[in-house]
Amino acid sequence: MSADLNAFITEERIEGAGEGPLAGRTVAVKDNISTADVRTTCGSKMLADYVPPYDATVVERLKAAGATVVGKTNMDEFGMGTTTETSAFGPTRNPVDTDRVPGGSSGGSAAAVAAGDADLALGTDTGGSIRCPAAFCGVVGIKPTYGLVSRYGLVAYANSLEQVGPIAPSVREAAELLEVIAGPDEHDATTRDAGADAGYADAADGDVDGLSVGVPTQLLEGADEAVVEAFWDAVADLEARGAEYHEVSLPSLEKAVAAYYVIAMGEASSNLARFDGVRYGVSGGYEGNWNEAFARSREEGFGAEVKRRVLLGTYALSAGYHDKYYAKAQDARAWVKRDFDDALDGADVLASPTMPVLPFELGESLDDPLQMYLADANTTPVNLANLPAISVPAGEAEGLPVGLQLIGPKFGEREIVRAASALE
Amino acid sequence: MTETAVDAEEVRHVADLARVDLDDDEVAEFAGQFAEILSYFDELDEVPEVEAEPDLVNVMRADEVHDGLTQEEALRNAPETEDGYFKGPRVS
Repeated sequence: MSADLNAFITEERIEGAGEGPLAGRTVAVKDNISTADVRTTCGSKMLADYVPPYDATVVERLKAAGATVVGKTNMDEFGMGTTTETSAFGPTRNPVDTDRVPGGSSGGSAAAVAAGDADLALGTDTGGSIRCPAAFCGVVGIKPTYGLVSRYGLVAYANSLEQVGPIAPSVREAAELLEVIAGPDEHDATTRDAGADAGYADAADGDVDGLSVGVPTQLLEGADEAVVEAFWDAVADLEARGAEYHEVSLPSLEKAVAAYYVIAMGEASSNLARFDGVRYGVSGGYEGNWNEAFARSREEGFGAEVKRRVLLGTYALSAGYHDKYYAKAQDARAWVKRDFDDALDGADVLASPTMPVLPFELGESLDDPLQMYLADANTTPVNLANLPAISVPAGEAEGLPVGLQLIGPKFGEREIVRAASALE
Repeated sequence: MTETAVDAEEVRHVADLARVDLDDDEVAEFAGQFAEILSYFDELDEVPEVEAEPDLVNVMRADEVHDGLTQEEALRNAPETEDGYFKGPRVS
């Protein structure tokens, strides 16, 4: 293992069934996905000693498919970050350039795959947490349509936005892993029958002849020049293979980051209320009353970014501010959905740079949370709209990887897999 | 900015609602950051009202008894237990 990258929080092998579509393959699993009898920390001091008594559905499916889990990967605490630096277990380094971040929050998963420490990995994506590290580490990541993959056993951050998805060295391998984890689950009532047996790997045939690609202009504004240049080179590659592109305007996307953070923080403030230091987590002791003990547990167990989001979420949902922030964010979410639906009526897929920036240097964005939030401009709209998206390597700029994001219609994973495979 | 200025007292109030103790340095740091972040959120004021058609349906299942966690499994991550129960701080 590449110990200096700090990609894993826990290195422990969990053997699978021995036979199946993933037999002989190793998979790294993000540490917010429950593994029976193997500690699951969410990158938090709060859960440093937490050992789940059951497997997440996606872990059961990995094992049944013959895969071997090789460890639990580092992540921003509870998924809250874009760099994997908010982990209580220290930052992960980017294998491409170890002075830079791997992206986040699934940074350990992407780094493990890029460094060859695992054949495949599972990440989770609430606002870009699979696609961002895939882009920064030069690998492939898929954020599935909301409801395609079970969230049972995923420690919740923002339920209405998040999905578990694959990270892999190639589009075909990511699609193979998606096939294994996709499909309805009686333990997650938000899963759907659609897309359960869709044959995603077969779609990675590189055939984009006649494909119509829409390019939302709002997702190029504010992006680094070097990133935009690599993006247009990749679009030209698609054109050379028979695809056509046109620009589209989606004005709602300018409000997506604000809407995303209000909704995600609101949901986080509610979800993380379960961490009271009584059933699990850091005990707040027994001095004083219930509320005082809880507040001590959470002061001790949570890092700064988690406290920030829990407090801002509490603020945005509190009496007097709910209509100003939370209700408007829900309006923005509906507007983003409508804009995407309209754009996808006139295009098979939409394309953008995955990240508007190149990988940050370690420590660069930690003191300025708003700067970190703004880096999620191109990924968060997709979660608001419940759509599938893939990040695929699209060359380099200044010696660093650039990712191209392809967004499809609901349960249109085959379309984005096909289009992405043409860029390999 | 004036509309969303956040002072230390307001940060302490929200921290109290959220049951998170903060030290004075955290309060000072958060007050500055919250002012900046909340004023960025003010751009949501410009969002038009949108007719949302919720595509939600209730998903029902039969209410059948299944095996769940054993008492021992449910308790094994608790910092303290007593006679097979979670041990919590006093309520008031």
